[in-house]
Amino acid sequence: MPEPIRMRVKLDGDVADVRVLIGHPMETGLRKDPRTDELVPIHFIKTVTAKLNGTPVMEAQWSRAVSRNPYLQFRIKGAKPGDEVSISWIDNRGETNSTAARIPPG
Amino acid sequence: MNRLRRRLLRAGLAAGTLAASLAAGLLRPLQALAGEWPKAAFDATDVGDAMKDAGIVDPAATEDILIKAPEIAENGAQVPIEILSNLPDTRVIYIFVDKNLQPMAGSFALMNGAEPFVSTRIKMGETSSLRVVVQAGGKYFMATREIKVTIGGCGT
Repeated sequence: MPEPIRMRVKLDGDVADVRVLIGHPMETGLRKDPRTDELVPIHFIKTVTAKLNGTPVMEAQWSRAVSRNPYLQFRIKGAKPGDEVSISWIDNRGETNSTAARIPPG
Repeated sequence: MNRLRRRLLRAGLAAGTLAASLAAGLLRPLQALAGEWPKAAFDATDVGDAMKDAGIVDPAATEDILIKAPEIAENGAQVPIEILSNLPDTRVIYIFVDKNLQPMAGSFALMNGAEPFVSTRIKMGETSSLRVVVQAGGKYFMATREIKVTIGGCGT
């Protein structure tokens, strides 16, 4: 089971400010496990998709250079209270996770 | 016996259909919006090659890309980067770190009302130039910042 995604959406006029924290190890494949002294296999998110009411608004393509437990902030113009913002990701192992939230009044 | 076998067959068929529709219907759109994950660009070990492989052609220096990042990053594992583009019709924002083993850190394709803004945190192995490339109006633009890294963050 992937770790959860935390998302906070704040409406300023008709612009939704979306802040996302994704639980993910983002292993570079270069880090040694201090207990076994062996390299931890590479494990990172490749693609993150954000949608507003089901319509894609942002797609991020990442390398292993995005920090552990990735933070992502973006803004969507033309949003209103009650609209649904959703986030989904897929990593290099084919694991995925997603979450969605309604925009609260600004 | 036969009835059980039929039921199992039906269940298997249903599971197979679900797996197929998952693969076709759910995962494909996730990958198809901004094209395939650009493996060659992400694998490139030279920043020029990475840009070329990402399809970036002749990026022009601009002051219309604002980069908010620390001058000195004490922890290379978590370097906050905030990017705002004032270029009209900004479609994609790319981040490159020259001295990382593989310079291309990521890209952000913006569409359908997304503002030309993104904020995230990246890893930097050592002190390096950070380059932000923006695709806007069918052209490429670039802004560069130097970031000093006290403790590298690629082996973390």
